[in-house]
Amino acid sequence: MRAMVYRGPYRVRVEEKDMPTIEHPNDAIVRVTCAAICGSDLHLYHGLMPDTRVGFTFGHEFTGIVEEVGSSVQSLRRGDRVMMPFNISCGACFFCARQLYSSCHNTNANATAAGGMFGYSHTAGGYDGGQAEFVRVPFADVNHAIIPEWMSEEDAVLLTDACPTGYQAAEMGDIKEGDVVVVFGAGPVGLFAAKSAWLMGAGRVIVVDHLDWRLQMARTFAHAETLNFTQVNDVVQHFKDVTDNLGADVCIEAVGAEADGAGFQHLATVKMKLQGGAPTALNWAIDSVRKAGIVSVVGGFGPLFSAVKFGDAMNKGLTIRTAQCSVKRHWPRLFQHVKNGVLKPSAIVTHRLALDEIAEGYHMMSSKLDNVVKPLVFPRAA
Amino acid sequence: MAYTANKPNAPDTRELRAKIPGWGVDLDPGMRPAAKKEVYDPASTGAHWEVPEQQIATFPRERSTEHREITPVFGTACPPKGLSGIIRRAAYRHWSEGQTMHWLALMFADRIDVLESLVVDLFRGKPDNFLAEWGIKAELTRHGFKSRFGRHRADTWRVPLDVLMLASSSLLVLGAGYVMVNGFKSMLAPPKRRWLFG
Repeated sequence: MRAMVYRGPYRVRVEEKDMPTIEHPNDAIVRVTCAAICGSDLHLYHGLMPDTRVGFTFGHEFTGIVEEVGSSVQSLRRGDRVMMPFNISCGACFFCARQLYSSCHNTNANATAAGGMFGYSHTAGGYDGGQAEFVRVPFADVNHAIIPEWMSEEDAVLLTDACPTGYQAAEMGDIKEGDVVVVFGAGPVGLFAAKSAWLMGAGRVIVVDHLDWRLQMARTFAHAETLNFTQVNDVVQHFKDVTDNLGADVCIEAVGAEADGAGFQHLATVKMKLQGGAPTALNWAIDSVRKAGIVSVVGGFGPLFSAVKFGDAMNKGLTIRTAQCSVKRHWPRLFQHVKNGVLKPSAIVTHRLALDEIAEGYHMMSSKLDNVVKPLVFPRAA
Repeated sequence: MAYTANKPNAPDTRELRAKIPGWGVDLDPGMRPAAKKEVYDPASTGAHWEVPEQQIATFPRERSTEHREITPVFGTACPPKGLSGIIRRAAYRHWSEGQTMHWLALMFADRIDVLESLVVDLFRGKPDNFLAEWGIKAELTRHGFKSRFGRHRADTWRVPLDVLMLASSSLLVLGAGYVMVNGFKSMLAPPKRRWLFG
């Protein structure tokens, strides 16, 4: 089969790889029909995530058709049209039993700090991802949903990570009626977080970024106010000024390791790999939120340390909530929102690529070319 | 003027409800699926086992020291190989996730892996095409210049630095690859007579 493979920092190509096989009785093999390139794939692409091996296939957002199932799979049949959460979870461990699917203790041999994930390096379990013609799905009875007839494939693929992660970011902010919510990052997750903040009753939603087309989408898709941080001298001062010096009630960090806005942080992180991620946006969030406010962090960072302003967080009595999204837990409510027209996840898709264009797709996403927000990849296996 | 107990500029929520599609549909925390962080409900997961069956390992699978044993399922993409594999196995064997050395060793192995793969794939007849793998074509087809300049982007200042770092690191990789190939060739070649013994 053909698959995207990592060749080293900033380099990917398409190669012939062995077909995935059933390696556990509850495995399924899925023929991928649609995959996405995620902002967090860039952490791997830039070489920031430890144990990203040459030859590894990325892709944790994908939909497909069941090709083969293992002997113990009960809820899937060949030909089913399915979507997979980016989490790989066993459904039976301490964490899964408490619906903390992203923390599954039975699917990541390489680390205990996170559960297994598709296509997200060996630090997340070493499972090849969905930017390929076929993919192995472990614990298939747990890790799937049949795509409803009424749901489009593009809506479905965005429900495998970006949309639920944005929703959970807002949810972790414990938003109350009339709250001022600031979202750092106008990428897919930030856009969905802003949109979700309204669903939870926010009184004001402000999205921060430096890319004008993404801010435009924040205004049209997410009905948010926007701030291009290059247009103000001091982001934190700006938010004090516009909130009567109180600060925002909730700040959501949806940027992660590759944050721009502080040259030194970027150099130390993305270029020199001296930190697990540039905490520029996270530090802005800590300083822009009001005392006793909530900072919700969904931006991805590597496992190494980062220079976070924890003293400010402690002095202000902040609640900092973080998590990889437990996608499956959010599906029933988000399916309702999509069905009722409250959410239209596919509205943020900007590019549709063939698998052969994957290297250009990564370069475009990494360098933020062509007004990119969300590129999809269509592997089209014969 | 002193600050008061009031929340400043409270919005008119009726106006928001009229203006924003879906405003407030999940205002009630009871409508939010994960508002309560932990909900014990093992019957809802789709699992029909209490103890999952064990996947059979076909190679010695590395694992975190913080796990008691190998997990019931695990990825089998890219088993450790070569020098990078030795370093990776050592990183997993000797240091827990709490040790910085664990992560630094893995990062170091990642860089060695790039070099090894460059050489191995050259011999496999699948040499790296750096320009294609960078996706540099997107600079032409996806409006590289227009996307970057005159748009108040915070990252425009580092474009020359990006190009310089990419070019120099690639030259380093190619140079190291060349040395490795030559070293390999000289290992296979018959020993030369040296003047000392000639």
